[in-house]
Amino acid sequence: MSSILQYGQIWPYLPSLAAGAWLSLQIAFLAFCGGLLIGTAGAAALSFGGPVLRRIVRSYVTFFTNTPQLVQIYFLYFALPDAGILLSSYAAVLIGMTLNAGAYLTDIQRAGFESVRANEMEAAEVLGFSRLQQIQFVILPHVARVLFPSLSNQYILMTLGTSMAAVFGVEELTGRAFNINSQTFRSIEVFTVTAGFYIAITLVASVILGLIGRFAFRARMRII
Amino acid sequence: MPRLDIVDLKAAYGATPVLDGITLHVGSGEILGLIGPSGSGKSTILRVLVGLLKPASGVVRLDGATIDYASARDVRQMRDRFAIVFQQYNLFQNMTVLDNTTIAPIRIKKRLRADVEEEARRLLSMVGLGDKLAAYPDELSGGQQQRVAIARALALKPEILLLDEITAALDPELVSEVLDAIRVLARDGMTMLIVSHEMGFIREVASKVAFMAGGKVVEIGTPKQIFDAPQEVRTREFVSKILRH
Amino acid sequence: MWDRVFSELPAFFGYYNMLFLTKAALATICLSAIGSVTGLISGFGLALVRLTRARWLAPARWLALLLTELFRRVPFLVTLMLVFFISQLSGLDLPLFVVALIAVFLIASAYLAEIIRSGLESVHKNQWDAATAMNFSLFETVRYVIVPQAWRVILPPAFGFFVLFIKDTALASQIGVIELTFAGKVLNNKGFPAALVFGTLLLIYFLISYPLTRFGTHLEARLAKTRHR
Repeated sequence: MSSILQYGQIWPYLPSLAAGAWLSLQIAFLAFCGGLLIGTAGAAALSFGGPVLRRIVRSYVTFFTNTPQLVQIYFLYFALPDAGILLSSYAAVLIGMTLNAGAYLTDIQRAGFESVRANEMEAAEVLGFSRLQQIQFVILPHVARVLFPSLSNQYILMTLGTSMAAVFGVEELTGRAFNINSQTFRSIEVFTVTAGFYIAITLVASVILGLIGRFAFRARMRII
Repeated sequence: MPRLDIVDLKAAYGATPVLDGITLHVGSGEILGLIGPSGSGKSTILRVLVGLLKPASGVVRLDGATIDYASARDVRQMRDRFAIVFQQYNLFQNMTVLDNTTIAPIRIKKRLRADVEEEARRLLSMVGLGDKLAAYPDELSGGQQQRVAIARALALKPEILLLDEITAALDPELVSEVLDAIRVLARDGMTMLIVSHEMGFIREVASKVAFMAGGKVVEIGTPKQIFDAPQEVRTREFVSKILRH
Repeated sequence: MWDRVFSELPAFFGYYNMLFLTKAALATICLSAIGSVTGLISGFGLALVRLTRARWLAPARWLALLLTELFRRVPFLVTLMLVFFISQLSGLDLPLFVVALIAVFLIASAYLAEIIRSGLESVHKNQWDAATAMNFSLFETVRYVIVPQAWRVILPPAFGFFVLFIKDTALASQIGVIELTFAGKVLNNKGFPAALVFGTLLLIYFLISYPLTRFGTHLEARLAKTRHR
């Protein structure tokens, strides 16, 4: 093994890495959307639900945010077959990430719900808005503005989190890197280029989300 | 004894010019009042003098020696002789009244703690806060905080004291307690540059008054000349508007 | 599934397994604790460098900015593999624990530098003005004025990140560091039911992380009350 870096050797693998990056983005996006649904339901349950439901949701959030996602997926992937539920590695990763995202997004959205100040509601009532109009014109825009930066941040963290799918043999960006590494043995080159891919896709995501946040939701965000 | 000469001083915040060629002279024991509409650059002069904003051009001389604001050594020596009191008091929120007053003399000027604390107690009772030594800034009224800030500035034993709209952030009933503290200093012959909207006070204590507008000194003279017989149109308009209020 | 779990319970909670898991848990704790503390120190250094204004320090500022921005955009697993292969191929051949430690240190530095920087910036600018006008140097200002006010803003979220780093160390199992997750894989390979093994693992991680999370929220509530003391 030569100690000199030879990036030329992994040049032919760039399209493969790019395809892996695309899969990473898909996993992150799917898990984020699923997590957003769970999180919205969870935050609503925490704000409006009964004591039992609140307790259940709170336990779910506490448990998932205080244990490693990797071990959660191990549990899904290796323990569920014993109960007769056989998941593909891709499904196990996706379900694990979605449940994880749901817990974080419940927490984030609850904070957003709570930030709707009572006086804004009163102002809306004085102005003669109906309940539905209050939600549409006062609550939702406010919540969106407050939440958007944290949601974007979570999305970036999740994009990075998809890399653990490689542990289960999913061929996303890091998974491809492992494969290319075993074919070329140019380990440092492969993983620096992979790191570069992650930097690139998260930077692009940050810029896009920053622009959306600034102009669509008037959120206070840095573009970079 | 200090003599301050400012010649053709220019400064800008980014691309916005705020000082457009200021020339002022302050002799030992003199009190220069700076008045003018907001945005005229009065406060900026003080910020430039203590090196919080770098001048774009012009000369500042202290006792005839030019201060090079690009030289860290010059700036340090200059700050040893100036003290400034800010509009928002700028007391250190994490320190008691006594610590606020003593930290710089002890830690920065390396004076003996016992001497500094004795001096600080004297200054704090002079401004009427001898019983608040252990209080934190957020437990005090604005007027009390500003008097601590004055004591803190005096504890540095400055040769020239700069006051930047020190009553502007105060409730009206608290203004006089702060101004009283300054009157004592004026009587003792402290050299001061005072930026203020309290025209009555400026008229009373200042030996010279400069009226500023648009980053320039429009007119300079004794309080009597500026307030009773202004020569420039803009000075006349400003003074008559202020006095009508 | 459950009858198998129950029948294996006594064997699973035997002396040697418990010793093994305890040692592994200690490795997890050491890895995250040492990584977090060293990361806190270096993160503070990076944040300080970014506060400097001197022209000759510009390269250091750029480097600090680059480190904080880049390592927050690379997955922990990739950072870990990079440190691992650099250690191997350079002939350094560091112990695996040290490799994982360096990786935790790197991401901890980057994330903590960012929250420390925003914490220092949360202190009002007029505190800087007053200190500067009284001839405080940058370091005197930071030491006497800024840190005593900023730490209450910095510390609560830092605990959230400590928990994040604990969870990240699970990936160190991938290069063969004998920490909790690795121990779980070993026990699972020995034939203990996966539900039992990974369920226990999740519980242990929870027991390590949850007190830190609670302490962080407790601090946040307590420190928000006053600005001094």
